Amino acid sequence: MTEFEPKIIAFVCNWCTYAGADLTGTSRIKYAQNVKIIRFPCTGRIDFMLLLKSFGEGADGIIVSGCHPNDCHYTSGNFHARRRWIMFRGLLDLLGIDVRRIQYSWVSAAEGAKWADIVNSTVNTIRELGPYTEYEKVAGYLEKEANQ
Amino acid sequence: MIELINKAKALLESNAVQVVIGYGKGTSNRTRAIFVTQSDDCDKLIFDSRCVQNLAVYLTKSEIKKLGKPAIVAPIPVLRSILELAVENQLTENDIVVLGITPESEIVDFDTFANIEAFLATHKIVIEEKYHEIIRLIKAMPVAERFAYWVKELEPCFKCYACRAACPLCYCTRCTVDDNQPQWISVPSHPLGNLEWHIMRAMHLAGRCTDCEACFNACPMGIPIHLLTKSMLQDVNDNFGSYGPSLEKQNTLSSYKPDDKESFIR
Repeated sequence: MTEFEPKIIAFVCNWCTYAGADLTGTSRIKYAQNVKIIRFPCTGRIDFMLLLKSFGEGADGIIVSGCHPNDCHYTSGNFHARRRWIMFRGLLDLLGIDVRRIQYSWVSAAEGAKWADIVNSTVNTIRELGPYTEYEKVAGYLEKEANQ
Repeated sequence: MIELINKAKALLESNAVQVVIGYGKGTSNRTRAIFVTQSDDCDKLIFDSRCVQNLAVYLTKSEIKKLGKPAIVAPIPVLRSILELAVENQLTENDIVVLGITPESEIVDFDTFANIEAFLATHKIVIEEKYHEIIRLIKAMPVAERFAYWVKELEPCFKCYACRAACPLCYCTRCTVDDNQPQWISVPSHPLGNLEWHIMRAMHLAGRCTDCEACFNACPMGIPIHLLTKSMLQDVNDNFGSYGPSLEKQNTLSSYKPDDKESFIR
């Protein structure tokens, strides 16, 4: 049996974390390949529905990352996003959706090493937690595969 | 209730309003919303403990707006919704006449939204202890068990959207759940769609909900969806200070403080 490879979706803002992740690459820092990065104009644009869609489509973990507080390209997008995440996290926790599977972080354009660290540690966490079968069952994901 | 009826009559006769939104007799022992446009029909207005529907839901409906300027019978949950609608710029003071009803069944006129706010300051939203207890019990379950609990609780939902229709704050003319390109929320009564729908509904009410329980009262399957909004109300309180609408401050998720505290962002 091969080792479980987590599928991780990263929602990142264009101005800080995306540039930061780019720096990770240009600095030739190696990090886990499990992450699929989706670029957004701002963390304020990252709708919570997108996070739910990721789990629904079979993601095992999610990273949400943007500019540090006070560094937002649009001044306040990340402040608004932070409030939304606080509320969203509380709701997910009540509903029993494992909040450990969503890693929020601030990664600036200069923090290539931090990005590698965030991805690696998230991959390790998800590897320990295993595939998100509870949500997959609800999503009918396993059913679909069984029918194929 | 003769005072209420007389007030409604006077408002309609003087043409100060064109319609009175109030409670009337429904089928069997129930009450329903009625829309009185003739002063002779004002005798149909009633108010008692059975009148729990949140009438504020009609203030933003285009069908009702067409009837003209409304007066609305407003017990405390309705007053809270009116204030929240005012905070969200959905109502102005000239749009409506508010016939407030105190818990002692006295009728109070509210000329301004500031008066409503001052009155509500002495009647704050209180989440009952039994709900705190239920939420505590749910949160004490292991995470997988909690998830299974909610999947089971939401199972009867067949997405009639009565919760949406009954909520005074779900006034969008187009809802994400009706969008199909992309299809955000799967349509059939399916565990995933049900879960996503209720998460979305709760999130869109985060920091806005005034805890009137209209959603729960409207649910034909008795799903405790008000637990979600109650829990979020508590979260607002714990993280961002007191809940409840206020003319001075913006809604929780429409505003921010640079020093908002959290413990989970790396």
